[in-house]
Amino acid sequence: MQAFTTLTGIAAPMPRANVDTDQIIPARFLKSIARTGFGKNLFANFRYRPDGTENPDFVLNQEPYRKAEVLIAYENFGCGSSREHAPWALTDFGIRCVIAPDFADIFHNNSFKNGLLPVKLPRAVCEQLIEDAKLGGNARVTVDLARQVVIRPSGEEIPFEVDPLRKHLLLNGLDDIGQTLEHVSAIDGYEAKQKSAQPWLGGNSL
Amino acid sequence: MAKTLFDKIWESHVVADLGEGWALLHIDRVLLHDLSGARALTEITDRGYRLARPDLVFATPDHAVSTLPGRTSETFAGGARTLANLRIKAKETGIRLFDLGQPGNGIVHVMAPELGIVLPGLTLVCGDSHTCTNGGVGALAFGIGASELSHVLATQTLMQRRPRNMRIRFEGTLRPGVTAKDMILAAIGRYGTAAGTGYAVEYAGSAVRALPLEARLTLCNLSIEMGAKMGMVAPDDVTFQYLAGRAFAPRGADWAAALAHWQSLPSDREAHFDHDHRLEAGEIAPQITWGTSPEQVIEVDAAVPQPHSANDRAALEYMGLEAGRPIAGTKVDWVFIGSCTNSRLSDLEAAAAMLGERRVAPGVTAWIVPGSETIKREAEAAGLHRRFLAAGFEWREPGCALCVAANGEAVPSGARCVSTSNRNFVGRQGTGARTHLASPAMAAAAALAGVITDVREFG
Repeated sequence: MQAFTTLTGIAAPMPRANVDTDQIIPARFLKSIARTGFGKNLFANFRYRPDGTENPDFVLNQEPYRKAEVLIAYENFGCGSSREHAPWALTDFGIRCVIAPDFADIFHNNSFKNGLLPVKLPRAVCEQLIEDAKLGGNARVTVDLARQVVIRPSGEEIPFEVDPLRKHLLLNGLDDIGQTLEHVSAIDGYEAKQKSAQPWLGGNSL
Repeated sequence: MAKTLFDKIWESHVVADLGEGWALLHIDRVLLHDLSGARALTEITDRGYRLARPDLVFATPDHAVSTLPGRTSETFAGGARTLANLRIKAKETGIRLFDLGQPGNGIVHVMAPELGIVLPGLTLVCGDSHTCTNGGVGALAFGIGASELSHVLATQTLMQRRPRNMRIRFEGTLRPGVTAKDMILAAIGRYGTAAGTGYAVEYAGSAVRALPLEARLTLCNLSIEMGAKMGMVAPDDVTFQYLAGRAFAPRGADWAAALAHWQSLPSDREAHFDHDHRLEAGEIAPQITWGTSPEQVIEVDAAVPQPHSANDRAALEYMGLEAGRPIAGTKVDWVFIGSCTNSRLSDLEAAAAMLGERRVAPGVTAWIVPGSETIKREAEAAGLHRRFLAAGFEWREPGCALCVAANGEAVPSGARCVSTSNRNFVGRQGTGARTHLASPAMAAAAALAGVITDVREFG
């Protein structure tokens, strides 16, 4: 997995709540079994008009936000479908960090598995960052995971909370399957105990 | 110490405490569908891992398959390769696949309870957010992404941070015309689409105890639309009677032992809930969504509300609705009765009960998509399909169809659809499609009247 350490880049303002994963990438684009190539269909229903041309009103079709690496939105970002294609589409486009007041659980989990950092900051702070982002290419934002700060273009540092375990895995780009397989004897022990106590959970009935 | 249903299941599945609120949880059942399954199985083997417990993994194609009558796996060409891969990988890895046309095939969260794959007290995951549906039998069931799915397949465990406990009690008796779908939509309208984020929700109270098992599945299905990836109902005699004799339910001595365990699962009387809500079941009216989030929902006899936010204004514009006007009477173009929310036999019976001698209104396209092959056969054995066909509905093959529009089937842009599914998001049923979520009876009434209709006045 790609690690996330620190990032300084252009932030795109998306001042909307409930940006669901169907908006981020519609279901009709989910049939590839790869993890790459979804960026061109990021926000497809908003980014393109029915004839396939770009909608110039959509933020990611405007300069400098075509090169955005941070997205700033409002409450409940990533709600809806569990599709991991949502973080894949965001990162494939070039976005490595989403800042919002809160995130839906499954999207939040999926992001950390893909080098995409979700940063929770209060609504009022997100509103400030949206105003910063509207200034465009000269107003870059920095996100430093190790120090847990977002740095506004003014230089003001805004601290954020992040779960220590998730931070450790993301900073180091660790593969958690490998980590879990270190517990293999505990897993085997659990399954042996379960088999004798609750035999109906596996074996005979299956 | 007194424990909740959730606490009991969680704690009995901890393989290792990882600290900071994290646990390595054992996962007892994994469900795969065509969009998540083929890629997960491929990824596992490509990365050099083996399936930890193929005997605990069950697959069914549902998302990207056509529901056209007489369909084959090639009818929707866009999904044919994915399904072909799923077949190959299922065979290679030794998991069970319930293929098109076979009993057991169907929408993943319909087939799992139907076959007794999901049981009280076990943990179940699937690469699909509506996995919470399965909590209706008293299991801890939740949706996960592709990376977590690979983790489960390789290790039979998941690293999870323990959620908090929420209870929503529905007390009293539902009024005629009001269903489990209306109960959960009313709760989402009351508490909001993110109220359950970070929580496992238990639905309780006398009105929940009175619900048949299939209605409990509907109730739990929309937990994720309230932000909760886990929703559950404590198992009771309704649950046990439903499960007895199902294909993968325990039998004989195993059944007796399982039953004793299941009866110990309900939340203790003194158990603590971090949030404990109460709703009066008798005050709930039939619900219908007006906007593009499930929380944008009103009673069917109410007016479209005035917008309070930029999101509300955008939703009104997308939906082509005017604030202040009654929502009943709004002209409808499409009706979809199906999805993991409302495609079970009891849902189809509720829709059929609205028919009388009426026909689908001119200009309305109305689909019935049974949730599984078995439901389709049972409905046909009871003659329901003939009644629907005679009334002008289409009777389709099982699948997700117009709930997720990943199979080439879609509501046309600008068309207004009353749907028994779970998401009214922008573009969910097709680019530009306008979705109103409602119960099967409400959807059937809309198809017949040609407008959004209050089922209580539809005699």
